[in-house]
Amino acid sequence: MNWSQLFSSSIGKKIVMALTGIFLIIFLVVHCYVNANVFFPNAQENFNRAAHFMGTNFLIRVTEIGLFAGFILHIIQGYKLELQNRGSRKSRYAVSAGNKTSKWYSRSMALLGTLILLFLIMHLVHFWVPSRFGGLTEVQYGNDPIVFHNLYAQMQDTFAPMWVVVVYILGCISLSWHLLHGVQSAAQTLGWTNKKYTSLIKSIGFGFSIIVPLIFALMPIFIHFGWELKLGSLTLLF
Amino acid sequence: MQHYTMNLKLKVWRQQNSKSEGRFEVYDVNDISSEMSFLEMIDVLNEKLIKDGGDSIAFDHDCREGVCGMCSMVIDGRPHGPWQGTTTCQLHMRAFKDGDTITIEPFRANAFPVVKDLMVNRGAFDRIIQAGGYISVNTGNAVDGNAILIDKQNADDAFAAAACIGCGACVAACKNASAMLFVSAKVSHLALLPQGQPESKQRVAGMIAQMDKEGFGSCTNTYACEAECPKEISVMNIARLNREYLQSNLGS
Repeated sequence: MNWSQLFSSSIGKKIVMALTGIFLIIFLVVHCYVNANVFFPNAQENFNRAAHFMGTNFLIRVTEIGLFAGFILHIIQGYKLELQNRGSRKSRYAVSAGNKTSKWYSRSMALLGTLILLFLIMHLVHFWVPSRFGGLTEVQYGNDPIVFHNLYAQMQDTFAPMWVVVVYILGCISLSWHLLHGVQSAAQTLGWTNKKYTSLIKSIGFGFSIIVPLIFALMPIFIHFGWELKLGSLTLLF
Repeated sequence: MQHYTMNLKLKVWRQQNSKSEGRFEVYDVNDISSEMSFLEMIDVLNEKLIKDGGDSIAFDHDCREGVCGMCSMVIDGRPHGPWQGTTTCQLHMRAFKDGDTITIEPFRANAFPVVKDLMVNRGAFDRIIQAGGYISVNTGNAVDGNAILIDKQNADDAFAAAACIGCGACVAACKNASAMLFVSAKVSHLALLPQGQPESKQRVAGMIAQMDKEGFGSCTNTYACEAECPKEISVMNIARLNREYLQSNLGS
């Protein structure tokens, strides 16, 4: 059997979803860690320095291309599978078992994914587009000759209206539900689950799906209200 | 449990053949005993329909003791009805109350065309089995029973997978009409035993290729199949199937 047969089979398509999904999960961890600078004292300088590193480091920029490819593959393959799966039962049931036999979010991955996609487009317009194509103010720190993009100020502007904060929180909630199904589903598709590991994988997946979106959701709230955590001299940078 | 009788309203799917459009018909059935099985209740209705000169409701059934896998209806949205780990023939009328309205539909999937009313053609499952669900055995005298030693856990897991009766409830329950639980049970019960090893690579590749050809959907791990399976086949078999498939493909 060759590679094209593997990836065009029903299991192969799901393996693509699982692998790109895991890649996107890794992205979430990095994104969450870098952005967590906003919680701590001296947030503006630390965050802008971290963003500068992410925006200028050659390896990160190459990975960014892979990230876009991962997103596009996950989205297109997801929609293709959804259409194909809907088409495999032309005559619908009059009565549905509903939540008695499965979780609603497990059955609604395409809907949740669409909400995340809409959020992602808005999020790119807010931050990625001005970072890459201009529109950010600039700032310098002390004797450092480097001129930094003031992405932190962009965040303060963006999250000034409360409704934007609310929309971001809704985006994080969609992400949380998508991950609640997605993490354990990816493990199952890749065949990692068995009697010994299933409960461990499900627990890790559950924890990740709650904690990471929660940290993300707190960011616009902190920026909006100008809060900061004072934990001694702890700074993350990158 | 106290015996009681009940009057019911049945909404039953009637369809002449695979080409025609189906529709629901409503029937009243009276004085049904709580001790009857669900199929006996339909027998009572059919007797009445025949006596009145009507067309009886076609449904599949054979052993009526939960081992043949023939009975195949969706009752109030649940393949094999509301009870867990039972087939339709093992479902008894004490699951219902006097005055209930029960909706009865066939298993719905493109790969399971309706033959008539509640009967569907599950030949797709047979073709998947033919594509790899077998082992090769030398002819001649039967070998000694315990000549090949098998790990206890593997023997137990293989036996649990072999409990699959191929009824198709997993397909009927799945929002994608996926056959992965069935195929995973059939692959697992052979993959776990030494007798199944020589064909293991072709088996999983052949059965998945046939499954895709039959028009079943892809698995999205909602696990509705496991919840509805009358033999309680575990979705851990699907993980094993995925592993087997990857191993079969990643090798040369």
